[in-house]
Amino acid sequence: MQDPTAAAPPYAGYEVGTPLADTRAPDGPLAERWNTRRFTAKLVNPANRRNRTVIVVGTGLAGGAAGATLAEQGYHVVQFCYQDSPRRAHSIAAQGGINAAKNYRNDGDSVRRLFHDTVKGGDFRSRESNVHRLAEVSTEIIDQCVAQGVPFAREYGGLLDTRSFGGVQVSRTFYARGQTGQQLLLGAYQALSRQIAAGRVEMHPRCEMLDLIVVDGRARGIVARDLVTGRIETHTADAVVLATGGYGNVFHLSTNAKNSNATAIWRAHRRGALLANPCFTQIHPTCIPRAGDHQSKLTLMSESLRNDGRIWVPRTPGDHRPPQDIPEDERDYYLERAYPAFGNLVPRDIASRAAKNVCDEGRGVGPGGQGVYLDFADAMERLGRRAVEEKYGNLFEMYERITDESPYETPMRIYPAIHYTMGGLWVDYDLQTTVPGLFAIGEANFSDHGANRLGASALMQGLADGYFILPATLGDYLASLPADLTPRAEIDDAHPDVRATVDEVADRLCALLSNNGDRSPESFQKELGELLWEECGMARDADGLRHALEEIPRLRAEFWRRIRVPGSGEAFNQSLEKAHRVSDYLELAELMCLDALHREESCGGHFRSESQTGTGEAERDDERFSYVAAWEFTGEGKPPVLHREELDFEDVRPSQRSYA
Amino acid sequence: MNAPHSTSDRTQPGATDDAETTDGAAHGTTDGAAHGATDGMELTLRIWRQPGPEEQGAMTTYRVTGISPDMSFLDMLDTLNERLIAEGDEPVAFDHDCREGICGACGMVINGQAHGPQPTTTCQLHMRHFDDGDTIDVEPWRAAAFPVIRDLVVDRGALDRVIGAGGYITAPTGSAPEAHATAVPKPAADTAFAHAECIGCGACVAACPNGAAMLFTAAKVVHLGVLPQGAPERESRVLDMVTAMDDEGFGGCTQVGACATACPKGIPFESISDMNREYLRAVRKGGRG
Repeated sequence: MQDPTAAAPPYAGYEVGTPLADTRAPDGPLAERWNTRRFTAKLVNPANRRNRTVIVVGTGLAGGAAGATLAEQGYHVVQFCYQDSPRRAHSIAAQGGINAAKNYRNDGDSVRRLFHDTVKGGDFRSRESNVHRLAEVSTEIIDQCVAQGVPFAREYGGLLDTRSFGGVQVSRTFYARGQTGQQLLLGAYQALSRQIAAGRVEMHPRCEMLDLIVVDGRARGIVARDLVTGRIETHTADAVVLATGGYGNVFHLSTNAKNSNATAIWRAHRRGALLANPCFTQIHPTCIPRAGDHQSKLTLMSESLRNDGRIWVPRTPGDHRPPQDIPEDERDYYLERAYPAFGNLVPRDIASRAAKNVCDEGRGVGPGGQGVYLDFADAMERLGRRAVEEKYGNLFEMYERITDESPYETPMRIYPAIHYTMGGLWVDYDLQTTVPGLFAIGEANFSDHGANRLGASALMQGLADGYFILPATLGDYLASLPADLTPRAEIDDAHPDVRATVDEVADRLCALLSNNGDRSPESFQKELGELLWEECGMARDADGLRHALEEIPRLRAEFWRRIRVPGSGEAFNQSLEKAHRVSDYLELAELMCLDALHREESCGGHFRSESQTGTGEAERDDERFSYVAAWEFTGEGKPPVLHREELDFEDVRPSQRSYA
Repeated sequence: MNAPHSTSDRTQPGATDDAETTDGAAHGTTDGAAHGATDGMELTLRIWRQPGPEEQGAMTTYRVTGISPDMSFLDMLDTLNERLIAEGDEPVAFDHDCREGICGACGMVINGQAHGPQPTTTCQLHMRHFDDGDTIDVEPWRAAAFPVIRDLVVDRGALDRVIGAGGYITAPTGSAPEAHATAVPKPAADTAFAHAECIGCGACVAACPNGAAMLFTAAKVVHLGVLPQGAPERESRVLDMVTAMDDEGFGGCTQVGACATACPKGIPFESISDMNREYLRAVRKGGRG
């Protein structure tokens, strides 16, 4: 390991490597490709499957579904989660719903329409073949979940209910009240539990992957830490699947679970897996603002509130009067003013940026001026309190529990927050990374959402990857392994590649524990998060990103100089867990900023202030940037290599979005 | 003693075995831990500290200052922990993750009540429900089936094993019929949902004087049992889950009802009698359906 306390110079830039192509997607008509791929994929004989071991890291929608399905197919699955139970993965917190092209409403929906909406919603930065497959598989997901007993909302006739979601004109979102993620996850968890009880899945809860074992260029296992005993363990396999979610917590304040982290994908990246579009992050406009400096987690309020709530701030900066004392003509309903056609229902990225702008002007409300009003007074007058209560009662209650303010009496305060990361490990059509034998599914990969994810599509993608896509493509890899591959039995702790990886992990943990500095892991995560939010958040520009690229290496060096981790490595030690995660954020953050700096266009969640239309809208540059940016790690402090995967659009024609 | 409270030892240790007292107000604060001591509440916390599963635990007293009423209970513990790290002490270990009341990771006994005085999870309990100057006892879940791992962290793996024994519908991926092939009457769907809301936090077990997991198990039995999809395994499910529940060392139900009072998701107490009825029905049918 390099001396980590020496400040590495900021990236001098990056090098451009050979272009990248997805060689797995078959040719032919878009609608035929998945069928073709399933047919061409080699199969593993059912009798041989039990001799193949697959590691699955993570137990959310993608990981839980994959672990259960692979075990049902007969593979020997070894699965990990850092939580105390696989049922607690952060998919559980998803509220809204899951999209599927069932067309139960007979409202003109189809696989092709869902495909189109998703490509357009992603601002034309995703792969057509992947997205089309996602739309195809969506209908099977609903069937599968219903069969498992997922209690979706139903009509009085006993059939499934659906609702509409942002950015689309059909009603294709299936839901289970405001707890769709919970119910879908419990379905996957119960299927997984059945396999665990049957001995076909070896489950390791409270066990966190800290590195990837690569032997002869192939992913062959992981190094993990048992979080209860602190023991560093090696687990080997014939293939490794990462289903470890997104990296939103690099921003410190996000709607992600507190312990969600980027270590698995970042360590895989350091071992050779390309990381794609890391700057594509989604900011959700309606979160409860933080109440003070003590807070380290933000709570989302459903986007549906913008149907009836009016967003405003005082017209004059520094106006600290209570909202009810501010007369109508001294309020600025800025979204209605700037976007008369869409008003308060502009897409997430637009609403978020506008809120930041008015707060930057000193017109924000609430503690620290980091909030805007979402006012239901007009809706109550128009619809009556009872109607508002029926629609939003449970959300109002949740808001009141957290803020101690009743939205019936005083406007809600909301503020944007980091919510989802579209970027992730680069994968081909088979969901395989650039390290053979290493697959990435769910939010951990970059595959389907381009530069912006549509509402209710994360659950769809996680389950599509886990239940249907990976189980079909993984077999092809396992069936194609060369006969002279090092047998799994020989990849033991004495194997030099395993030894080296374990030693690196042990050294890192030892460095953290023995440093005896004076700053907590939380203080570094917070400082990094504030920097990223400022320079690589809702709006980005070259100067700010360059500033961040100078600051991050400085902060990283300071981390290794001043970090303090109390306690021992051979015990349950949450400070050590956190410090290790933060050390990886300090590396990932730099690549995010570089990716944002290099992409001199605005698209989806990535808004470069230099690239906007006359009316302040995001301006894409398809000539120069219609590609996936896949980054190769070349060493600590060394410029990474950019591999471009050009995007071809055969079916959808890229166009400029407009909401004014 | 491995657990601070086994089902047979249910005294309040906080009152008797204080091990040490640290007074935060006497110490300076460092980066990130600074908090104005002039405003906000001052509280005395008596927290169960136990270094490991095999080690002796004790209540330890801490004083915290500058606690905002808008903090969640876990924010308040974060503040304490930042200070402990700054002082070179080991922070208090507690499980937590989503902090939105849905993952079920957090849970502690606060002043003798599972999740504290409000009908919600510990992460959604806010400090405005306490008063300046209060003394608050904080202990881990108490149950024989939940051994302590460290401080306030317990092993709830037994709940996962109860689910694994039968808390599922066997529907291997790919085998599902069209979703609309079977209509589910809305009342059944609503009943299923109301029971499926369980977050598996274990508060019901912690609150029960017998350390029973009846409410938890019943929630799953009813959720799956009322759906037509769950009918084929209806008998084996309840028999196997109840057997697993007993094997894991959970106690039996004596109809106290503390479980339903503590449940942050409002799982109805009646679900336990529903499960007992299901059990009896399954036994009468000769075991397997």
